[in-house]
Amino acid sequence: MTASATAPVACQSTSTSPLRQRGQHEVFCGLTSVIWLHRKIQDAFFLIVGSRTCAHLMQSAAGVMIFAEPRFGTAIIEERDLAGVADMHDELDREVERLLARRPDIKMLVLVGSCPSEVIKFDLARAAERLNTVYAPRRRVLSYSGSGIETTFTQGEDNFLAALVGRLPASAPDAKPSLLVVGSLADVVEDQFDRIFAALGIEDVAFLPSRRSEDLPAVGPNTVFLLAQPFLNEAATVLKKRGARQITAPFPLGEEGTTAWLKVAADAFDIEAARFDAITAPGRDRARKAIAHYRERLKGHRVFLFPDSQMEPSLARFLHREAGAEIIEVGTPYLHRQHTAPEFDLLPNSITVSEGQDVDRQIDRCKAADPDLIVCGMGLANPFEAEGRATKWSIEFVFSPIQGYEQAGDLAELFARPLTRRAALAVEA
Amino acid sequence: MKLTVWTYEGPPHVGAMRIATSMRGLHYVLHAPQGDTYADLLFTMIERRKSRPPVTYTTFQARDLGADTAEIFKRACAEAVERFDPQAIIVGASCTAELIQDDPGGLAKTLDLAVPVVPLELPSYSKKENWGAAETFYRLVRGFAGGRTAPERGGAGPKSCNILGPTSLGFHNRDDIVEVRKILDLLGVSVNVVAPLDATPADLSRIPDADFNVVLYPEIADTAARWLEKEFKQPAVRTVPIGVNATKDFIRAVADLAGVDPKPALAAGNERLSWYSISIDSNYLTGKRVFIFGDATHAVAAARVAETELGFKVCGLGTYSREFARDVRAAAKGYGVDALISDDHLEIEDAITAAQPELVLGTQMERHIAKRLRIPCAVISAPVHVQDFPARYAPQMGFEGANVLFDTWVHPLTMGLEEHLLGMFRDDFEFNDTVEASHLAAVHQTPSPEGSREAPEPQLDLPSWSLDAEDELKKIPFFVRGKARRNTEQFAAESGIDVITIETLYDAKAHFGR
Repeated sequence: MTASATAPVACQSTSTSPLRQRGQHEVFCGLTSVIWLHRKIQDAFFLIVGSRTCAHLMQSAAGVMIFAEPRFGTAIIEERDLAGVADMHDELDREVERLLARRPDIKMLVLVGSCPSEVIKFDLARAAERLNTVYAPRRRVLSYSGSGIETTFTQGEDNFLAALVGRLPASAPDAKPSLLVVGSLADVVEDQFDRIFAALGIEDVAFLPSRRSEDLPAVGPNTVFLLAQPFLNEAATVLKKRGARQITAPFPLGEEGTTAWLKVAADAFDIEAARFDAITAPGRDRARKAIAHYRERLKGHRVFLFPDSQMEPSLARFLHREAGAEIIEVGTPYLHRQHTAPEFDLLPNSITVSEGQDVDRQIDRCKAADPDLIVCGMGLANPFEAEGRATKWSIEFVFSPIQGYEQAGDLAELFARPLTRRAALAVEA
Repeated sequence: MKLTVWTYEGPPHVGAMRIATSMRGLHYVLHAPQGDTYADLLFTMIERRKSRPPVTYTTFQARDLGADTAEIFKRACAEAVERFDPQAIIVGASCTAELIQDDPGGLAKTLDLAVPVVPLELPSYSKKENWGAAETFYRLVRGFAGGRTAPERGGAGPKSCNILGPTSLGFHNRDDIVEVRKILDLLGVSVNVVAPLDATPADLSRIPDADFNVVLYPEIADTAARWLEKEFKQPAVRTVPIGVNATKDFIRAVADLAGVDPKPALAAGNERLSWYSISIDSNYLTGKRVFIFGDATHAVAAARVAETELGFKVCGLGTYSREFARDVRAAAKGYGVDALISDDHLEIEDAITAAQPELVLGTQMERHIAKRLRIPCAVISAPVHVQDFPARYAPQMGFEGANVLFDTWVHPLTMGLEEHLLGMFRDDFEFNDTVEASHLAAVHQTPSPEGSREAPEPQLDLPSWSLDAEDELKKIPFFVRGKARRNTEQFAAESGIDVITIETLYDAKAHFGR
C-alpha cells in the first residue's frame, strides 16, 4: 500500500535494504506464543486479559483444541467493564482468585495484555504489582503484552522473556562466568545442548525460560548469553541492561548452524579448538548423514518463504546451504539486522528479503515466481495446494524440535515431506 | 470480566465472516489489528476450503493509533474493491477497532465506491458469533431485497421457496441442503434461492419472489425470515427436518403451504432408522441415559430423536444459544429435566458429571468432556472441527439424515451382548469395565502405572539399554517410541553393540532417517 506497491518483482531487496510492506499482515499476534510457553513452563498459568476474539484465537490457532485443561485462559472484557459499571481491577482480582483457588499447583501467574486491553490502557503492570502483594512469595505474578497491535506471533515470547528477565536475581560480583541460553527449546533439544556444553567443559549453563518457574538463573556482568531463537530483541536488550554480554552466531538449525552456534559459546569460554572438534564431531557427522536422506529431494528446488516466526532467514540459510535449495524470497515479520546478520552472511545476495507484509501483493509475487515449495501460514496453505502448489505450514517450525544436530534430519524432512507426498499421490485437487 | 478457557462461539465478526465466505460476489472489509487474520484458517483448515475467505483486514498497529487508522481503512476498502471486484461489500469492525470508533460504515460512504456497501454494527463485547451471522444475513437481505414490492401470492400452479440458513462452517450444512432439495423436489416445490451458502447479493434481491421460506437453521436465518414475513407476507416453515418424525412434520408443513399431497414424499427414501430401532438388537438401547448439548436447533431435534425414535432417556438438555433459550427450556420441560443454558464449558462438564449419562450427544467440547469422563459420545452440533466435514455424504436432515443419526449415535455404545459379558466377567484383565468400551478404546489407552513405558521382556539376542538411553527414549513421543526402540535395537545388533547408549540411539536415528 506504500512504496511496495510499485516495487517490481525482481528488484534487489536485500537484508540491508529489504522490501518493506505495510499492507494486510496475514500473521498471528503475540498471544499465540502462549500455546507453547504454557507447555514449556509447567507451573505457570497465562491469563490473557482480552476479548472473545482472543479466546477464539487461542482455541483455533493451534489447528486443534488441546484435550487437557490448558494452563491458559482468557479473562473476557465485557460491556459492563467498558461502560465503567464494573471496576476492571476488581473484576480481574475476582477472576484471579477463582482461578488460583482452582489451580493450587500454579506458581507463576502471567497476565497477558491484548489489543483491547492495550487500547483502553488497562494497566496490567499495576495489576500484577497489586496481585503480588496478595500472592507473593508463594506465587509470582508478572505481566507483558502479546497484543496484535504491538507484537507478531513469536514476539509474544520475546516480551514474556523480557518481563521474566526483570525477575532474575542479580549474580554475585565475583561469580564465575556463566552461559545463559535464551529462547524456548523443546526439552529434548535443551537436554542435548546441556550435555554438549557439559562435555565441552562449560560448567554453569542455564536455559531461559526454565521448566519450573522458580528456577530463575542469576544474571549479571559475568553472564554471557546466547539466543537460541532469532526473535528475542527485547529480551536481549533487557539482558544487556542487566550487564550480560551477548554473543551472536547463526541460529542452531542444521549442522552448520548448530556448530557455529556452539562454537561461539565455546570460544567465549576459551574451550580449545581440538576439544570442540572432538566433542562435536560425532553430532556433526550424524547431522550430515541424516540430512543426506532428504538432500536429493530438496536440491535445486526453489523455495518462497512467507513471513511468520522471524525464523525465516535461518530456515532459508539451512535450506540453501545444507539442503541445496534455491531461495526466492525470505519474508519475515520483523528483520533484526544484528541478530540475523550471521545468517545473511551465508546467503547469496540475489535473494529477495521482505519485511512486514502486504499479503495480496506477496501472493502475486509468489505466483509469478512459481516456486517448487511455499513456506506459509495455515490460512494460505490450502488455497495454494488447491492450485497445485506444494506448501509447508510454517507454524510447525515453532512447534517441533528442529534445533541441534540430532534434529537436523527432522528439519530437512519437514521441508521434504510435502514434496515426497506430492510425488507419491496420483490424485489431483 | 469472565474467565474462559474454551468458547462455543467466536466473536460476532466471525459470524459475519461466515456469511461473507458462504456467499459469492461479496467481500468483507474488516477493520481489525493483525492477529485477527487467524480467522482465515477456520475456513481453509477446518472446512478445507480451496480459496481464502473474501475478507480484507486493515491490520492496523499501535503506531497507527491516533494517527491514521481511518485512512488505513479507507485505503484497504478502495483497494479491496479494485482487486476483488465484488458485487457488494460489507464493512465493519472487530473488537479492537470497535474501541477506536472509526465508523467503517461512514468512512466507506465517503469513498463513493462503485458497489453497494452494507455497514455492520456488531457489538463485540456483548454479542457472539451466531448473533453476528444472523444480523449480517438480515442486513444483507434487507439491503438487497428491501424496497421491492411484495409479489402476488396464492395463485394456482407450482410453488417455490427459499432455503435460508446454510452457511460456511455450519454443521453438515453441505449435505443437508441436498436432502432438503430432494424432499422439495418430491413435493413439486421449486427452490428459488438458497442463501447464504453459494448465493450472490443479486440472488438475495430475488428472495421475495418465492412463495415461502424454509428456515433450516433459525440461529442464522430467523431474524431475516421474520423480516421477510413482515415485509413481504412470506410465510416460513420452521420445522427442522432432523429425525424421522421431524422430517415427516416438515414434509406435511411444506405440503400444506404449497397446497400439495405429502404422501409421495412421506413414502419415499430408504429410511432405516425406524426398523433398526424396532429390531431386537436395539433392545439394549432402551432407557440409556443421554445428555444432550449443542446449538438450540440441533439440541432440541436430538432430544426428540433420542427419546421417541431410539428409546433413550434424556437426562440432560442444554444449549449455548442464549437467543433460543426459551425453545430449549420448553423442550426440556417435556422430558422432565431442567434446561442448561450456558456457555461455560466447566459448568457443562459439572452437569454431565452429575447426570451420569451413558451417552453424550454434544459439540466437540462435550466430546472432550466425555473422553475425560470415559463416556461414549457423538457430535451433533457446531462449533465444528475438521472431523465434522467428512469426505462421505453424511446429512443430518431428511430420511437419509435419520439413517446417519442412527449409525453415529449407536456405534459408540457398547453393543448388547458385549454389555452382558462385561457384567458377568468384571475382572477379566483385558475385557473389563475400566477398559474403555467401544471404538474409543483404540484412541484412549489406559496409561500403565509407570507411564506408558513399553518395556519388553528382556531377550537374549537383543542388546541391552543403558539407563540414560532408556530415559532419552522416553522423550520421544509415545506414538513413534516403539518404532524408535525397534530401529535402535536392530541398528545396535547389526553394529555389534551390546549396550545401547544415547549415542547409539541417535546414531540409529541418523542411520534410518525418519
